[in-house]
Amino acid sequence: MTTTTTTTTADGTTTIAAPSDLPVIRMTRDFAATPAQLVRAHTDAEVFARWTGPAGSQITVDHWDARSGGSWRYLAVFQGQEHGFRGCFHTVRADRLVQTFTWEGLPDAVALETLTFEELGDGRTRLHAVSLFESFEARDGMLSSGMEVGVNDGYARLDALLADREV
Amino acid sequence: MTDQLSYVFAALADPTRRDMVARLCAGDATVGELAAPYDVSMQAVSKHLKVLEGAGLVTRGRDAQRRPVHLEAEVFDLMTKWIERYRREAEARYQRLDDVLAQLDESHDNHGTHDTQDTHASRRGETA
Repeated sequence: MTTTTTTTTADGTTTIAAPSDLPVIRMTRDFAATPAQLVRAHTDAEVFARWTGPAGSQITVDHWDARSGGSWRYLAVFQGQEHGFRGCFHTVRADRLVQTFTWEGLPDAVALETLTFEELGDGRTRLHAVSLFESFEARDGMLSSGMEVGVNDGYARLDALLADREV
Repeated sequence: MTDQLSYVFAALADPTRRDMVARLCAGDATVGELAAPYDVSMQAVSKHLKVLEGAGLVTRGRDAQRRPVHLEAEVFDLMTKWIERYRREAEARYQRLDDVLAQLDESHDNHGTHDTQDTHASRRGETA
């Protein structure tokens, strides 16, 4: 199997890959921080709420128990609409976070997220984030939709594409 | 309108069809050429092609004899755009995290949660 539908982009600092042989999204990003600070940014509710979610969304943490076996839930108000997200913290460790992720609008679609923190020295850390989905449809649905602004542009363009070919 | 999109994803969810698409990246092929590596009937391969055609991923040539199968690369360009948009959103989120981390640095916080070494120590991380 070749990498037909794999795209790795590196013009920013976040790199992403959506391989064609596994329903995963892999991302890497370097930070001027220690692994401990990055773990805290993902496990301290107050800190997490300051950066997560789409830009301009209001995050309210409803429930947060950041330890192995714990769970979390937060609400994001985005463009006047409230969306619930929830999941479980499976592993909370200094070098590794494993958790599930569900958007309550699609409660059966559960992604498994594994974050690892690679110390690069000089106070820098590389975050590796892998999201594993139940199916390719679920993975590609996540990539193409969700709450992004402009997703309808994508659909419109696809519709136009398909219409041109009169399929 | 999202139905067409579902066809694309459903078409690519099957490993045989993904393999056929991968081989079509190298160039057009006839149904016979596409069927050759598989231990399946021409009928089964034709069925897979119908799904790919229905999703707009491939088209069939007009040559009545060969009717070569052609990959419509634009559909993949579109997927690439989705992936790039997803990446840009992640990057925007991580830039906000950069700012938050810089503030954590300045405040020399000593909440202790960042010292988490194992699951027992992390109980101190309960903040909500």
